[in-house]
Amino acid sequence: MSEKEKNSPILDKRSSRRTFIKNSGLTVGGVVLGGALGSLLVNKDKTATPEAPAHTETGAAANPNVALMFFTPDEYRMTQTAVERIYPADDNGPGAKDLNAAIYIDHQLAGQYGLNSKDYRLGNFYAPEPTQGAQTKILNKDLFLLGLKELNNYSKQNFEANFVELEAADQDTALAAFSEGKAQFAGTSSSEFFNLLRKLTIEGVYADPLYGGNKDMQGWAMRKYPGSRMSYVKEIQSETFVKLDPQGLNSHMGH
Amino acid sequence: MATKLPKVPVVVVGMGWAGGIISAELTKAGIPVVGIERGKERKTEDYLMGHDELRFQHRTELMQDLSKETITHRNTLNMRALPMRNYGTFIVGDGLGGAGSHWNGQTYRFLPYDFEIKTLTEQKYGPNKIAPEYTIQDWGITYDEMEPYYDTFEKMAGISGETVELYGKRANPYPTGPMLKTPVLEVFEKATTSLGYKPYMVPSANLSEAYTNPDGISRAACQYCAYCENFGCEYGAKADPVVTVIPVAKETGKLETRTHSNVLRLTKDGNRATGVIYVNTITGEEFEQPADVVVVASYVFNNARLLLNSGIGTPYNPETGKGTIGKNYAYQVSSGFTTAFFKDREFNLYAGAGALGIEIPEFTGDNFDHSDLNFIHGSGIRMFQYGARPIANNVVPSGTPSWGAEFKSESIRWANSFLKIASQGSSMPHKNNYLDLDPEFKDAYGMPLLRMTYDYTDQDRELVKYMAGVTSKIAEEMGADIIDTVSEQAPFNVNKDTNTHNTGGVIMGADPATSAVNSYLQMWEAENVFVVGASAFPHNSNFNPTGTLGALSYRAAEGIQTYLKQGGLLV
Ligand SMILES: Cc1cc2nc3c(=O)[nH]c(=O)nc-3n(C[C@H](O)[C@H](O)[C@H](O)COP(=O)(O)OP(=O)(O)OC[C@H]3O[C@@H](n4cnc5c(N)ncnc54)[C@H](O)[C@@H]3O)c2cc1C
Ligand code: SF4
Repeated sequence: MSEKEKNSPILDKRSSRRTFIKNSGLTVGGVVLGGALGSLLVNKDKTATPEAPAHTETGAAANPNVALMFFTPDEYRMTQTAVERIYPADDNGPGAKDLNAAIYIDHQLAGQYGLNSKDYRLGNFYAPEPTQGAQTKILNKDLFLLGLKELNNYSKQNFEANFVELEAADQDTALAAFSEGKAQFAGTSSSEFFNLLRKLTIEGVYADPLYGGNKDMQGWAMRKYPGSRMSYVKEIQSETFVKLDPQGLNSHMGH
Repeated sequence: MATKLPKVPVVVVGMGWAGGIISAELTKAGIPVVGIERGKERKTEDYLMGHDELRFQHRTELMQDLSKETITHRNTLNMRALPMRNYGTFIVGDGLGGAGSHWNGQTYRFLPYDFEIKTLTEQKYGPNKIAPEYTIQDWGITYDEMEPYYDTFEKMAGISGETVELYGKRANPYPTGPMLKTPVLEVFEKATTSLGYKPYMVPSANLSEAYTNPDGISRAACQYCAYCENFGCEYGAKADPVVTVIPVAKETGKLETRTHSNVLRLTKDGNRATGVIYVNTITGEEFEQPADVVVVASYVFNNARLLLNSGIGTPYNPETGKGTIGKNYAYQVSSGFTTAFFKDREFNLYAGAGALGIEIPEFTGDNFDHSDLNFIHGSGIRMFQYGARPIANNVVPSGTPSWGAEFKSESIRWANSFLKIASQGSSMPHKNNYLDLDPEFKDAYGMPLLRMTYDYTDQDRELVKYMAGVTSKIAEEMGADIIDTVSEQAPFNVNKDTNTHNTGGVIMGADPATSAVNSYLQMWEAENVFVVGASAFPHNSNFNPTGTLGALSYRAAEGIQTYLKQGGLLV
């Protein structure tokens, strides 16, 4: 995040958020109800939150893998918004949201990664020295959901609106606070959540599309990465850059 | 209760390079071997879905399952050691072939200086060159004695390389010629040559050409497929125990491998081992396997841990300096590297191989004058073309944010336009860097975990500063537009530093008071136990370890055969 954004007049934004919330009548209500209604309302008010809408329209049915096995629709939307801030759309091409990084994260957290099934989980969890690596008892799937919740709490406290409704600059301010370990968090540092979010976002952009992200291998295409091919004997000897169209692991099936 | 099985001549714990070589040599000589391996069985065909960065590199599919077992770490004696809960630094092998399935294949010999480091350092620089807390010692074997074993290992694996004048004398050239010198490597070659150095192609276990080894194993040439480090090779081009020594041993009909079998401890009677106790990791059943000879080849960490958990050998005590098991744990220092960014050049960085690299020999070992320097030994200054996989390689100039718009555009901008000039520095042992049993944390079977007490030393920090100067100069000579050098060695961080070259803990030497095993890797305190691996290194050189541990495995196999015939200590 740039200094410019950091120093942006927060008070102004707060007041505009306040107006928006008043108008939308979303200050009370259960989480589910608020979330569901929120997205509907947000869809109507595109100027207030340019980030949130649109995804539901983009050919959802075409790929059966694009469906949720872990997140609630609200959590999914929030994840989409957050990953887009980590890796936004730009002149190079789509951002993490359109690359389906949130679908990737949904699928990862539903499986063994969400349950930390290959991590050492025995014994006491003591507070570590900075050189001793994370020592959190919280499972990845729970850390992520806790993080989303805290991100929303932070947004409400500081900007008086849900995270998905904030302007990009405020979303960045919130995420920066998490990344620096400065946001309130139960049981561990907010930076642990941020690190998980960042790591999963990058994976969701660049892992083989078989995992649900890196839509149409566009993550690879942006950086001219050819994906997985069997041999580069020829290309590796070339003095000039050889651009190859990306191929997924599915191209190795049937070998 | 453990089910007691019929006694066998030799039981081998762990089926990586060390266990695989021992098994091949003994079974070829007609000696039946039972190989016990905690992980699963493997064959080349299993690697066909191998080009999956997420699964193999980031979810460490082929490595030790930390939910079962890890190490604990502390930087200093007065800290509480905590478990490495997920991978960050070294990744540990598992399954048939061990780390030999997913290694890079950079296959060096150590220098003549390494084997006699104490004597030669004192000869040249006097007795006070290095403080007494640095517990360097001679290895109890010389380079000339090692040479034939290196030669055997290189022929078995088909190492591709070129002879380097500054290094130890070779009886034979490498069995296959060097790998392709790609345009990327030529950038390094040009710059270092014009600085007056003599770059050479890194010796590689990724075959430069099709090769048939003395055991009759034929393997195909490397395809530079870029899924090498952390991955198995679907071509069999990368030397892997699973495509070399293990099938040779199996072919004899004398090797029985038991996979999914985790050895908990050795059994003993007085100062002899009588066999091993292991648990089937799937069913939970326990077995006792009696044997005449127990070969412990379960990698550096478990080599020390199994002995400590079995009460075999005398544990090292950092207060008194007495005892040997756990002594002289060493690592390597990898800071001092430089990243060079090129505005107008795009390289084919997506292509590569695990051991496709180029290096200069001038800063290795004692090949430069240390009279005015505050450290001994040196670094391999080198550049590799591994294949820049996209999750792992988002390399941006320093000062760039680690997320957001600028991160994205910069990481894409430089994706094919950066080169890393690496420094792989040697690691001298220190009296406070050692391995013992953790007093609190246990593995999934209830056995104490290994505790590592380790941090970098002044020697390491001095070495890094010096090498940083070398790597940044090379980057300048390359004409890089942006040069980022990491010139300080930060404290050791178990989740950040990446180097897979752990050594020591069950070290070799000529004196039973200061070493655990003799030059046949036979334990001084238990003559029918051979502890094979880089655990035997009294210090770590600036080269990757496997060439040397492979050579030592051939020597140990010879020793075991002699021992089976005549008994007693071999030295
Ligand atoms: C990613 C990576 C890249 C590397 N690249 C290089 C390189 O380029 N050059 C180089 O020289 N070295 C490299 N290394 C290091 C190299 O792989 C090791 O030095 C070498 O493979 C060690 O062989 P080993 O037989 O001693 O141990 P391992 O290969 O680790 O084998 C030990 C075996 O013992 C088994 N085992 C452990 N404990 C038990 C138990 N209690 N019961 C039963 N079985 C047990 C393990 O499952 C394992 O299979 C690399 C390592 C890694 C991880
Ligand atoms: S780079 Fe070469 S040796 Fe390595 S996995 Fe690919 S083909 Fe095999």
